[in-house]
Amino acid sequence: MAARLTLGPVFYNWAPERWRDFYFRIADEAPVDVVCVGEVVCSKRQPFLDPMLPEVIERLQAAGKEVVLATLALIMTRREEEGVREVCRQTDLPVEANDFAAVSMLAGRPHVVGPLVNVYNEGTLGYLARNGATRVSLPGELPARSVGRLAAAGLVDLEVQVFGRMPLAISARCYHARSRNLHKDSCQYVCADDPDGMDLDTLDGEPFLSVNGTQTLSYTYVNLAAEVAELQEMGITHLRLAPQDVDMVGVARCFRELADGAREAGQAIARLDALCDGIPFSNGYFHGIEGVGAKGPLEVVE
Amino acid sequence: MTTQKLELVCPAGTPAALRAAVDSGADAVYLGFRDETNARNFPGLNFNREELADGLRYAHQKGAKVLLAINSFPEAGNPGPWTKAVDDAARLGVDAVILADVGLCDYAARTHPDLRRHLSVQASASNPEAINFYAREFGVRRVVLPRVLTVAEIADLNKSIPVETEVFVFGGLCVMAEGRCALSSYATGKSPNMTGVCSPASHVRYVEEGDRLTSRLGEFTINRFDSSENAGYPTLCKGRFVAAGKTSYLFEDPTSLNVIDMLPDLMAAGVTALKIEGRQRGRAYVAQAVAAFREAVDRAAAGIPVGRVDLTSITEGRRQTAGSYEKAWR
Repeated sequence: MAARLTLGPVFYNWAPERWRDFYFRIADEAPVDVVCVGEVVCSKRQPFLDPMLPEVIERLQAAGKEVVLATLALIMTRREEEGVREVCRQTDLPVEANDFAAVSMLAGRPHVVGPLVNVYNEGTLGYLARNGATRVSLPGELPARSVGRLAAAGLVDLEVQVFGRMPLAISARCYHARSRNLHKDSCQYVCADDPDGMDLDTLDGEPFLSVNGTQTLSYTYVNLAAEVAELQEMGITHLRLAPQDVDMVGVARCFRELADGAREAGQAIARLDALCDGIPFSNGYFHGIEGVGAKGPLEVVE
Repeated sequence: MTTQKLELVCPAGTPAALRAAVDSGADAVYLGFRDETNARNFPGLNFNREELADGLRYAHQKGAKVLLAINSFPEAGNPGPWTKAVDDAARLGVDAVILADVGLCDYAARTHPDLRRHLSVQASASNPEAINFYAREFGVRRVVLPRVLTVAEIADLNKSIPVETEVFVFGGLCVMAEGRCALSSYATGKSPNMTGVCSPASHVRYVEEGDRLTSRLGEFTINRFDSSENAGYPTLCKGRFVAAGKTSYLFEDPTSLNVIDMLPDLMAAGVTALKIEGRQRGRAYVAQAVAAFREAVDRAAAGIPVGRVDLTSITEGRRQTAGSYEKAWR
């Protein structure tokens, strides 16, 4: 069966109306099957999205999407823990755990485990399956060999990120605030200035990483267009697209056609390149080399 | 709450460092096997089975414990090195294993229920629910806290968990949540979680350009120094980068964690053990750091002010920070 497409949570601090309208358009136009919504990076942003959440969920569900509530990646305070507990307590929607606290809260119920939880081997995967996980979105660092072995275990549905910046690190410290000589507590929400992340260049002026508040991502967009067929052969059931500040409907159409075998990888990469405004692509992690690396058809895009 | 004397947990990258740590007053040493099963998988470091057996004898004779870090994440399809490390830890009689992977915690709890289990900082358990999870599911007895919490948050946390906490007090400082950072593998293909290394020396190059020295990691320039600057090691998150037109150490300055003057606060926060980072450091570093903290711990336990202790000669960039323990760091 052709893989299903999952739209991961928006990692960035988009204005609430824009965030809402993005999901409205996804609901109306994007050929994705699963949509994860919710604030994952910074609990300070959560209050701005909460008022929009019900209508976003309703619109997505009306369009036939499976809506999943994503939880916070790094839980440090009581308030944050309680916020995640509240999400896990509701039973209307499936929840994607992004920390073992949420895995614990969801024990015994069907749930999804997100890519920010460390799942590197069959032992951990088996534990999570027994705990109630029905789908696990694998960490981006995993090479094809590991992905294949985990898929071969046949324990739960598995997902791999095939598009978008790779989340690489999360911290207690806010680098957006620090870049403006501010503290996190009085950050003035400066992360909102960079809807696709703040470029972090080397001293040679080479783009390297992308900063999103407390989160650090790859500057490159992961692009596994050429690997979709291999992923499906391995038994990967879901392909994840990470929302970027580009035409995500166009991106989703591209990957839908790839998964259906209706578009050739080279063509898809050229189309994605046109959609992504010159941001370089990478697929190194999947090929077992440095994550920033580009193998196969991606090399010619440079 | 009764406050007990803090336990001093010290790095042993080599048998010589183990003896130095024990002789300088360590209550416990932590170490790893010489392979990818631990997060300091550097050339020339760590212990084979015989060296561990010798180290155990030496430490136990002098009343010190030995904790074995098996804190990288087992590779899919290749659990052998990790499960064998746990089996050998039990067979050789280490005082505890320090684990990060849920699958390996599960294996250890089922296969060696009597082997004491600590949760590595690499598991990034930063809240009561996560810590209670590891305690409930795998019988973890102590948690090494990720370097993301303030002292106030640690105090609050300790009221809500049934296990001991261990906190880093000195040495190299991860600024990202530990065990959740793939910056190194993005640039080099090698990561703490999978390979047990961060910013590995095999991928480091220093390039001289006139009177400037450039440090590179993989294909990326991490820092550049003029002749007046001390050229540090290009750990990725301690690099100098450009963001929004401004050049800075955006993630963290080249600096070391040092909270020797906060020991009374950490005691009051209910912390059980203090950890000194530095398995990759030499015997002299270990001896100096351990001796200073031995005295400070004893003073704090006796209610005597810790006083000024100068450790700048063994800190990175000769600079120190209290890191996340102070809220303003964020």
